[in-house]
Amino acid sequence: MTTAAVPRGSGAPGLLDILRVTLAKDLRLEWRSKDAINSMLFFALLVVVIFSFGFDLTAEESRRIAGGLVWVALLFAAVVALNQTWARELRNQVLDAYRVSPAPAESLFLAKAVGNFLFVILLEALMAPLFVVFYNLRSVGPPYQLAIASVLGTWALVVNGTFFAAMSIRTRSREVMLPLLLFPISIPALLAMVAATTGVLTGDSSPYLPLVFLGVYDIVFTIIGFFLFETVLHAE
Amino acid sequence: MRSFFPIFALITLALLSYGLYQALVAAPREATMGDAQRIFYYHVPSAWTAFLCFFANLVASIWYLATRNPKVDAIALSTAEVGVVFTTVVLVTGPIWAKPIWGIWWTWDARLTSTLVLWLIYVSYLLLRRYSTAGQNPVLASVLAIFGAADVVFVYMAIRWFRTQHPQPVIGGGEGSGLDPRMWNALLVNWLGFLALAGLVIYLRYRLERLRQQVEEAHAMKAIAGTTRSTR
Repeated sequence: MTTAAVPRGSGAPGLLDILRVTLAKDLRLEWRSKDAINSMLFFALLVVVIFSFGFDLTAEESRRIAGGLVWVALLFAAVVALNQTWARELRNQVLDAYRVSPAPAESLFLAKAVGNFLFVILLEALMAPLFVVFYNLRSVGPPYQLAIASVLGTWALVVNGTFFAAMSIRTRSREVMLPLLLFPISIPALLAMVAATTGVLTGDSSPYLPLVFLGVYDIVFTIIGFFLFETVLHAE
Repeated sequence: MRSFFPIFALITLALLSYGLYQALVAAPREATMGDAQRIFYYHVPSAWTAFLCFFANLVASIWYLATRNPKVDAIALSTAEVGVVFTTVVLVTGPIWAKPIWGIWWTWDARLTSTLVLWLIYVSYLLLRRYSTAGQNPVLASVLAIFGAADVVFVYMAIRWFRTQHPQPVIGGGEGSGLDPRMWNALLVNWLGFLALAGLVIYLRYRLERLRQQVEEAHAMKAIAGTTRSTR
């Protein structure tokens, strides 16, 4: 791990080198502390249990609304992890060190986004069996489409979430600010995720259009985040 | 501009009064909807004014990121605030009209929902401005405005495609489809009045924000000069 920072050949380390090093560092930190994944997992579990107390559902009803439940639970849970993305870097002024370092800000952003993506995907893999058990779910459509929806949907949440977490960390009410910024922007993505997931679960509609929509949303917001991140990182 | 201000205020007042007369008296009673339709003369001009404000905010935000000119940021702030106020008017007058005409207060159709989400985005914009420290606040807010503008397109498409309950409502009168000329008159006069009012409030808010910036700057200069131990 320690040798990853050494650039090959001549010149400064490129965008991908720094991305790899930062990502490896974050994954190692998370592997040792398990801060984000533990709190996310327990939070999502609580949301699932509370939802099932809130609505007394039959199998047919739950199949119809499970798409919405899953994504709302994940949206809430993801905020827990996203808030820690940058808060972790405040200790010992690591974020300030990033700011003065010549490393490209974009690679830092992408590394954080990919790290969060992996955490949330792991969370989804752990939560999926729970959902199936608690809500008596059985997918009518092909399950591989659910996997595509979760990859595209998670990236949509995480790429904006990572970006807005970097913004909310600069405000006075750090943790509170992130959902206030992230949720309005995520509404179209949430609609598409729910449409795709419900389409697959009930088999009533094709998930093709929402998946394409999510793909375009992902691309557009990744590009915007990529190009504006440096501005946010250096905002004084 | 400062000497022009009272004249401008008077013009605004005259336009709004004439608009009120046009909307409530001069415009004919709508055949099927009755007098409830008259709220249209306030609902639609507010919406147009609000969208113009948000568009101005987007332009000012991009401009600010390019130039870092505090005057441009003051424009961005004042247009966003006035835009939120006018969108609130739209969101309040809409249901008041919809209840007697459609029989429901609200429906999740594309136009209503996009307006609501636009309002939510700009409320979060104002919250961000309020909660960030003075120095970074314009930059963060400008960035959020760009995200918001990109998002609105997605919101509109997402609701059209993925929300199935489309009652396909007849938006009062539609886009010029058979509007009586007197109705057009009332609509346009009110729009002019609302635009003038928005311009007036934006100007006042802009002045206020500039003064606040100058006070802050003066404090900073004083602190640098060491003449004060102010902890601001």
